Amino acid sequence: MTNIAVLVKQVPDTNARIVISDDRVDLSAVKMVMSPYDEFAVETALQHREASGGEVTAITVGGASADKVLKDAKAIGVDHIVRIDCDSYLDSNSLQSMISSVISEIGAEVVYCGKAAADTGAGSTGPGIAERLGWASVSNIISATFSDIISVVAPVQGGNARISVSLPAVISCDKGNVKVRKPNVKGIMQAKKAQVDVKSASPSSSSISIISHSLPPSKPAGKTYEGGAAAAEVAQLLRDEANVI
Amino acid sequence: MSQTIVIAEIAKGAIHPTTAELVTAANALGSAPIVIVPCTDSTIADAAGSIQGISKVIALKSDIFAEYDASGWATAIDAVAPSGIIITSANPQSKDLAARLAARRNISVVQDVVAIEGGNLVSPIYSGKAMQTVSLAGDAAVSVRANIFAASPQGASADVSVVDATGDMATAVEEFLARASTRLDVAEANIIISGGRGMGSPDNFSHLEKIADTIGAAVGASRAAVDTWEPISHAMQVGQTGKTVNPNLYIAVGISGAIQHLAGMRSSKYIVAINKDADAPIFQHADYGIVATWEEALPVLQASLSAMMN
Ligand SMILES: Cc1cc2nc3c(=O)[nH]c(=O)nc-3n(C[C@H](O)[C@H](O)[C@H](O)COP(=O)(O)OP(=O)(O)OC[C@H]3O[C@@H](n4cnc5c(N)ncnc54)[C@H](O)[C@@H]3O)c2cc1C
Repeated sequence: MTNIAVLVKQVPDTNARIVISDDRVDLSAVKMVMSPYDEFAVETALQHREASGGEVTAITVGGASADKVLKDAKAIGVDHIVRIDCDSYLDSNSLQSMISSVISEIGAEVVYCGKAAADTGAGSTGPGIAERLGWASVSNIISATFSDIISVVAPVQGGNARISVSLPAVISCDKGNVKVRKPNVKGIMQAKKAQVDVKSASPSSSSISIISHSLPPSKPAGKTYEGGAAAAEVAQLLRDEANVI
Repeated sequence: MSQTIVIAEIAKGAIHPTTAELVTAANALGSAPIVIVPCTDSTIADAAGSIQGISKVIALKSDIFAEYDASGWATAIDAVAPSGIIITSANPQSKDLAARLAARRNISVVQDVVAIEGGNLVSPIYSGKAMQTVSLAGDAAVSVRANIFAASPQGASADVSVVDATGDMATAVEEFLARASTRLDVAEANIIISGGRGMGSPDNFSHLEKIADTIGAAVGASRAAVDTWEPISHAMQVGQTGKTVNPNLYIAVGISGAIQHLAGMRSSKYIVAINKDADAPIFQHADYGIVATWEEALPVLQASLSAMMN
């Protein structure tokens, strides 16, 4: 029996157009979805439960609108859903403190998360909470098998390695070869009725302030050529103009 | 100004050239960094001493640096690094280390920095669809993307001291799984040539491999190619759910330029696109676009590059 936690985050659909107003990203018109890597984390957590028994708790941080991502996780098959109630900007330090205290509170022995959230792309949360909890961690795994020890495959310099990790541990998940399961009708019905366990939190002050959001500098228009023969000229330019060959 | 600490990037048992870029970033934050070289053989640290703009080098020597273990590395490095702003490279392993070190010190971490403007840090968010500028109040860990800051020149001779570190590994490598292919990995390459669904079949990737071999490039792929064709492995995938790459040159062949693909390669220094559809979105991001089929363009490209390399 293993007490398993999985971290999920709501992010803009990766197809969404990002607009800026008043120096801040404006997400009011954007469809929010579970961050793609978190889907792999949920799948891996469920596979761990199937192998060892136990329960899976999905945890997110956000305002009431973030309940949707928890319901999505519930529909796929997690047992419990927890939202740490906080709607303001958090730096990595305050975010990780809040999550690690909830992990301790629920007594989880292993935490799965995505390798990075699709909005920040940072990938700091998994290793950061592992450090705070004094746990082992492996990031960017592409497969896992479960016994007393978890055996994962993760990239190392020059290839991949099979790495054994003893619990407690935090494991962040890359795409790999796992097929993520889709919710079935029963799951969706259960998710509708499921109660979100809302935990209040008081974030510590942040040592980082956002000055602005902006659109990426637009690249000066490139040169375009018609026809394959132009590849010869492009090759010359790569050497003589760009100096990259 | 804060003390800065650069964690040297090590690849194949030597200081990676990116380390000199990290020094430039540290200088932009206002100080001459201490460079910490995590190593099993302290002689490799001497090369760091010649980078201009640093204050000194600490060769941090321990067997635990033979294999990456987040917990062990963070403990060992934390023990010798003074307080200040810690700067690492932004490859997956170093970002992981930066996050661990920051959490250990209860300081914030800012990942994937691509510019430093007046002491403020700029990094891409939403897969590069927007940029975020933050200011730091106090110490932090900062990872910096490769190939963006100019490398600090060679020619200095900073003091190199050797410190023995001890640490416990929390994980153990059981088995090294050699790559199915012996080709250069996209995450480690300065030039990448990637193929998409437009390549038509996995066999046609041999045309990309031939060019890759000519110019020392890695071969990458779009998700459509990886998902459709068994022989095209996920290790090759560039994009949102693949690898984020920052090469000097990225050549996209038969790739439409979906936002999730751009997410992984748009910060490449130069982008070449070969696509038969003049309206393919990839052309909006290309420095050099060739509207043609790959069947037409690749033999010409191959011949020209071969001639240049000889
Ligand atoms: C959550 C999520 C995550 C994703 N992650 C990624 C990711 O990590 N990486 C990624 O790449 N995609 C990712 N995608 C998929 C992405 O949306 C696109 O579907 C994918 O990038 C398309 O790949 P493609 O450009 O090879 O194929 P297509 O879009 O089908 O484009 C093929 C191109 O080839 C051209 N072509 C055809 N024949 C020829 C020829 N003979 N010569 C020259 N050109 C030719 C066509 O004009 C076309 O532009 C993700 C999608 C989602 C929803």
